[in-house]
Amino acid sequence: MDELLKILTNMYPDVDFKTHKALIYQGVLDSFDIVSLIAEIDDVFGIRIPPLEIMPENFNSADALYTLITRLSESEV
Amino acid sequence: MYFTSANFLLFFLCTFVGYYTVFRRVQWQFLLMASLVFYAFSGWSNLIYICVTICSTWFAGRQMTRLRIGQEQYLAGIPELSKKGRNTYKAVIKAKLKKWLVLCLLFNLAILAVVKYISFVISSINPLLSVINAQQITSINILLPLGISFYTFQALSYIIDVYRGLESESSLFKFGLFVSFFPQLIQGPISRFDDLKETLYSQHKFDSEEFQAGLARVMWGFFKKLIVADRLITAVMALSDPNGGYGGVYVILNAFFYAITLYADFTGGIDITLGTARMLGVAVKENFSRPFYSVSIADYWRQWHITMGTWFKDYLFYPISASRPMLRLFKWSQKSFGGGFGKRISVYTSTMILWFVTGLWHGAEWHFIVWGLVNGIVIIISKELSPLYARFHKRFRIGDTNGYKAFQIFRTFWLMSFIRIFDVYGSVRLTIKMYLSVIFNFDWTRFITNGPSDLGLDIADYALIAIAVIVMVIAGFTHNNRHMEFTNVKPILRTVLIASMVFAVIIFGIYGFGYDSRQFIYNQF
Repeated sequence: MDELLKILTNMYPDVDFKTHKALIYQGVLDSFDIVSLIAEIDDVFGIRIPPLEIMPENFNSADALYTLITRLSESEV
Repeated sequence: MYFTSANFLLFFLCTFVGYYTVFRRVQWQFLLMASLVFYAFSGWSNLIYICVTICSTWFAGRQMTRLRIGQEQYLAGIPELSKKGRNTYKAVIKAKLKKWLVLCLLFNLAILAVVKYISFVISSINPLLSVINAQQITSINILLPLGISFYTFQALSYIIDVYRGLESESSLFKFGLFVSFFPQLIQGPISRFDDLKETLYSQHKFDSEEFQAGLARVMWGFFKKLIVADRLITAVMALSDPNGGYGGVYVILNAFFYAITLYADFTGGIDITLGTARMLGVAVKENFSRPFYSVSIADYWRQWHITMGTWFKDYLFYPISASRPMLRLFKWSQKSFGGGFGKRISVYTSTMILWFVTGLWHGAEWHFIVWGLVNGIVIIISKELSPLYARFHKRFRIGDTNGYKAFQIFRTFWLMSFIRIFDVYGSVRLTIKMYLSVIFNFDWTRFITNGPSDLGLDIADYALIAIAVIVMVIAGFTHNNRHMEFTNVKPILRTVLIASMVFAVIIFGIYGFGYDSRQFIYNQF
């Protein structure tokens, strides 16, 4: 989680990613940021986020994104 | 059959009456028949293209579902299978699913490529062949089936969604209606199956509230199309004539007029689409918000032709960005150029691919491709400059002021208007020539002497357009187009407002005996 928070904070230092729950709905992250995050997550965690997982619910908060990363790392296929 | 033709009004009246009376128990089947009849008016041969798309996509979807059901049954039948064994089996099924997806995509994109792009490819290759003295390829002219870009993309969104887990439609005819639903067939919106299936296939009782809301929306569409777009297009065509000598200041005028014309034309068409669908009880997704109140180009594209934008984002931009080559590019560019700009190179590459394809989707001509690429470049430049803007806003504390927002709206409107004229001049070379004329040959004198009076419109036309545009601006300022359905006003006031729009369209609209109302601009895409 700390590594993810570091990635997010590097993108937007002024945003409190520990508490923010509407990163997509409130326009904090746009599509550019989402694809940057996907590349960073692949680089840092070695997890490739498939396009079908790119939905607002998965990127709306650091928690949701971390849950996605955990789920993908444990998924069967 | 254009929405603004007498034929369409008669067709819709018959459909509407039949839908709520004789065919009320078989509404979706009746809508399918009506949609095919509507499309047949554009040429019987066009029916073949759309039927091939419907059948091939439906079949591929069913095969995918069959594979998924087979997988579930197989795995349920042998619970003792190891995790590794399950994974291996799932991987085999996933590969088969992918084969059906790719086959369906390639087949339907091949149809689109042949009918829409073959002439463009040949005409682009022939000059190269002449350089090496090779034999020229004979040009092939295929009549472009109406709305093929729209319905093909709608069908492709379905098959990609099925690949991603959506349950496919078991009825070929229901799926056929999804692809061919006549109000949205020729210029969108590009709907998703999941959004439309409930509303499209369910039974609808006549509801006077829905009917009035739909009618109001249709009249608002006619108002924009027949009073503004079909009138102002005369001036745009005069200004865009390469032999007309309308350079310099007239280019600015043309950019302004075309912005209004295209907005009135396209959003007017979508209003008619949404309104007719609503009168039939079908809720189609909005395609516009308030694009001319956008504060940046990225913001503009979130509000203009929304369903096309989200289609490209979900089915092209994200998959490309998350693809292995792009992730490898990210790692390489980060290592080579550092953590700042280096990290953004892969995103910008995806952006340029996205805008290249968006340009190509609009038409098989170089000016559309250049138009797309210019959009991408401007968005990337804005992104690169955003830290500078942020510092500027912080330093001068103007970021949140109304004055600065007004400046941003003004800037975005004119930036988009100038990019858009690639479309109106229809040639990259002519557009660049016109840009240069604004800088080097502004030519006030002709404009001061004649003004816009020699463009085929008289003072009454301009006055009417100005009043109509003020109404559109107020409608946009207070809310978006949904506001014009008058759902929140008293019934008597709503009746008066709808009647006013009917009279306005009858009295001031461009139509009449012998007048062939113009095709909607987006019909050609």
